[in-house]
Amino acid sequence: MLGPVLLSLKIALIATAFSFVIGNFLAYIINKRDIPGKSVWETLIILPMILPPSVMGYLLLIAFGKRGFIGSFLLENFGVQIVFTWMGAAIASCVVSLPLMYQNVKAAFVSADPIYEQAARTLGSGEWKVFRTVTFPLAWPGVISGIALSFARALGEFGATLMIAGNIPGKTQTVPTAIYFAVESGKTDLANRLVLIMTLFSFALIFALNAWLKKKNYTGRQG
Amino acid sequence: MKNIYFKVAKKLEHFLLDVEYAFDEGVLVIQGESGAGKTTLLNCIAGLMAPDEGLIAIGGETMFSGGAERDGGAPRIGVDRPARARNLGYLFQSYALFPNMTVEQNILYGVRNRPEYRNGTKRGELVDYANYIMDTFGIGHLRRKHPRMISGGEKQRVALSRAIVTKPGLLLLDEPFSALDDETRNVVYGEFQQFREKFRIPAILITHDARESEMFGDHKLRMKSGKLV
Repeated sequence: MLGPVLLSLKIALIATAFSFVIGNFLAYIINKRDIPGKSVWETLIILPMILPPSVMGYLLLIAFGKRGFIGSFLLENFGVQIVFTWMGAAIASCVVSLPLMYQNVKAAFVSADPIYEQAARTLGSGEWKVFRTVTFPLAWPGVISGIALSFARALGEFGATLMIAGNIPGKTQTVPTAIYFAVESGKTDLANRLVLIMTLFSFALIFALNAWLKKKNYTGRQG
Repeated sequence: MKNIYFKVAKKLEHFLLDVEYAFDEGVLVIQGESGAGKTTLLNCIAGLMAPDEGLIAIGGETMFSGGAERDGGAPRIGVDRPARARNLGYLFQSYALFPNMTVEQNILYGVRNRPEYRNGTKRGELVDYANYIMDTFGIGHLRRKHPRMISGGEKQRVALSRAIVTKPGLLLLDEPFSALDDETRNVVYGEFQQFREKFRIPAILITHDARESEMFGDHKLRMKSGKLV
């Protein structure tokens, strides 16, 4: 039982780390810089939240399969196979958790008063320093909320993961896939224990997040 | 050429902002109703907005120069230094003190951006000067507090300290007294007079209040719908 739990945590942590970096970068570029096609980019980022998991899984298979345009490149140049490995599961989790990260970080970036960034510029800061010292710290509560929700989403990812990584015990079997196959094969005890772990963990995470956000209530916007 | 020169033309929603003025020292007060284009003018001088056409020079150095092509083509920009490289102090109407930093961190923010700050000896001098400014404004005891923990008058002093601690060539003051209650405002008026006499930094102060123009203006202008009247 511990195997799927540890693997799920590893996958969710790695997926969240990637969606943190990508989500912050995209939220900054799309909302703070003048780039063309903002709505198209935003729609593409949000799409995995709307599409059925099977569609996402299939699209990832096309991209990362042995004959896929990314999969064949990785295999030929680095000897790395993505399909039916934990990396495939991490990619699926990252893609489906990215919309949550993006939306939270975007809301935080947009709600902070831009006057602080202007003040930082008049005090001699370049754009990277403005981001590091003002934009990002003021957006921190939103970023934390994005991290927690993305992590919870990555931990619970099932459909796309099953399609790209399968259900290989000890190799790609995560808690959600383990629950599904435990129920299917009549191992109700195992399913119950895994369900309890997932439910308690998710409850604790969201509860702690809400409590923290209530304490930390500044966006910096002035009236 | 005068120490401070600005000629700014910018098309706004309801009118054309079109002003020109030059002065060497003292405080230039521009008085006008809200919506006259005063803050836009300050933002253009600060480099937070670009004029459509104009020339801005501080301390003899050109910060912006550019204008529309005569045949109506795309604007031609000669010089457009970013806000960070214009060496000016800006006191915003809402003060814009960074809420995630202490008073001391706010005041040292600009100091730490100076290239000299990386040099050990110079760094000491910069920090000493910051401490001198904090003592002068009587805010030394607030250094560990966050902006949300201090009063309106104290915020104003911290914001002014932060704006002048880098020894700017020009100080921009956007309605610096408008957020204060009457009692505090009278105290701060007195302090500002002392500051003016002590530091002698060329400044542009914009206000809607005729009294402030009388009190602080070495040069007094009125602005209406983007034009000096």
